[in-house]
Amino acid sequence: MNTVPTKLPRSRAFMTVFLKEVKENLRDRRTLISAFLTGPLLGPLIFVMLLNVTLNRELDKAEKPLPVPVIGAEYAPNLLDALKVGGVVPGAPVADPAQAVRKQDADVVLRIAPDYGKAWRKGEPVQVELFYDSSQREANTSVERVSKLVESYGRQQGALRLVARGMSPSTAWPLQVARRDQATPQSRAVLMFAMLPYFFVITVFMGGMYLAIDLTAGERERQSLEPLFANPVARWKILCGKLAAICAFSSASLLITLLAFAVVGQFIPAEKIGMELDLGVHFAANVLLLMLPLVLLLSALQSMVAAFAKSYREAQTYISLLMLVPLIPSALLSFMPIKAQAWMYAIPLLGQNLGIMQLLRGDGVSAEQIGLCLAGSLAAALIALLATVQLYRSERLAISA
Amino acid sequence: MIEVRNLHKAFGPVKAVDGVSFVARDGEITGLLGPNGAGKTTTLRMLYTLMTPDSGQVLVDGIDAATNPLAVRRELGVLPDARGLYKRLTARENIEYFGRLHGLPEDLLASRRDALIKALEMDDIAERRTEGFSQGQRVKTAIARALVHDPRNVILDEPTNGLDVMATRALRQFMAKLKAEGRCVLFSSHIMQEVAALCDRIVVIAHGRVVADESPDALRAQTGESNLEDAFVKIIGSDEGLAA
Repeated sequence: MNTVPTKLPRSRAFMTVFLKEVKENLRDRRTLISAFLTGPLLGPLIFVMLLNVTLNRELDKAEKPLPVPVIGAEYAPNLLDALKVGGVVPGAPVADPAQAVRKQDADVVLRIAPDYGKAWRKGEPVQVELFYDSSQREANTSVERVSKLVESYGRQQGALRLVARGMSPSTAWPLQVARRDQATPQSRAVLMFAMLPYFFVITVFMGGMYLAIDLTAGERERQSLEPLFANPVARWKILCGKLAAICAFSSASLLITLLAFAVVGQFIPAEKIGMELDLGVHFAANVLLLMLPLVLLLSALQSMVAAFAKSYREAQTYISLLMLVPLIPSALLSFMPIKAQAWMYAIPLLGQNLGIMQLLRGDGVSAEQIGLCLAGSLAAALIALLATVQLYRSERLAISA
Repeated sequence: MIEVRNLHKAFGPVKAVDGVSFVARDGEITGLLGPNGAGKTTTLRMLYTLMTPDSGQVLVDGIDAATNPLAVRRELGVLPDARGLYKRLTARENIEYFGRLHGLPEDLLASRRDALIKALEMDDIAERRTEGFSQGQRVKTAIARALVHDPRNVILDEPTNGLDVMATRALRQFMAKLKAEGRCVLFSSHIMQEVAALCDRIVVIAHGRVVADESPDALRAQTGESNLEDAFVKIIGSDEGLAA
């Protein structure tokens, strides 16, 4: 009873809160699953599955024999031979081509008019009809293939006719377009991976979410904040310990997801469609660096929002709304082509987004861009931190309903 | 020793505490008695610096709560109205957490913790997670947690709330032990018999004001009622909210 406790060293109060929150939350199955399983792994898994399905279908369609019902095949044997060379397998004619396409019985149906042969021999233009439904996106590759084959057969025959009349085929085509695609294998990949930065942000978000709710709104609901604040420790120190615990969980989530992406990156057949994807160590290290200030920013924001809520459920509602905020820059960038200006890197979330996209393009990020990104996000994180500290001072915070 | 001088606290138009003054001395049990909503909890919350008074002064062992709240909290052991245990931690871990927040060295913490677990007869629950604890087990754990730093002054807000007869008896004995150790014990209650049985001094609060501050005997003499219950009703002016 005569032991007067010595003045509490700062680091110890901070560490005590931090360790206790980590220990307590490691015992909560829901937090664990969200932070270390569903949060970080669901993203890469869904991503790879979707990508594989899409890629494989594209590849299949480009190489596989393509069955096409042909009406009036007997009128144009030569055209059909040319199509067969291009991989088309002419099928039995269907009664109603429009219906067959609409019901997805066939991707595309070819109809040749009965007067094809007569008109062809007279040298008159003839028409072949392609039935398809452009709203069936997966059929588009097949339509494209058949239509290209038909057109090139037409051009080839046209050239032969000109030659037969003693003219150069070039008279008929005074202009030729030469396409020079400047896309590198990596930049081609970017289109597909525009949502990747959002996955990282969401992972950080999910990793810390349950902790943020539990450590403020949850503690308030369980009425344990009042006894906690009766201890001789400044509230901001308690808050810092809690924030550190949230950051630890969300950083762990981010690490797991980066690791997962590095592993699954091996299984994405990107090179088959002329893309190059580097999700390895270099990429992971840069993403980690760019995301670190965001970890702090998000944990402070989550704690702040949770501190406004009176109950666990209320906090959950607010925080799921907050989750939509990081979607904005990702959506903006994938729908609107914005030319990146230097100042954009200083804006939290947008800067990370631009940086990660640049890494994916294989351009790398400059030291200046990294500096701007870190400084901007860190400044925002500090503001959020100070606002949360201020909120923690409020008398009402500790008092449960 | 806890001294309270002319405390005021209002929430909007409601004057929760309206000029409360009293002294709780070392080696005595002081009871804060009053009906529900009289301002007991708000007064205690200002004592352990969770709330700042609108005006008035709180001194704990001579330290002003307004200028040095951390030092005041160090001198106090507090069982708030909200017990709030961490349900994913064991009773022992709950106690240790607060001990470390008080900055106790590990060896001292271990001996204090074990002494409290023994004194409160909670050996059988010490290693269990507090989720699913009975009300009595919760209060025991919360008290052990509040006293782990061996405070000279102990504040208990409605400590017997929700306890059965056996647990209440054990708690009263424990409070008498704290008094015998020379500590200043201040507790609030709306149950008169409890206050009468335990207290050296009774501070009666009604509508945010102190309406009596006497020993139980003096209280009886003052009101001219031989029965304490009748004395209280007379002092408060109504029997509103006073549980017998």
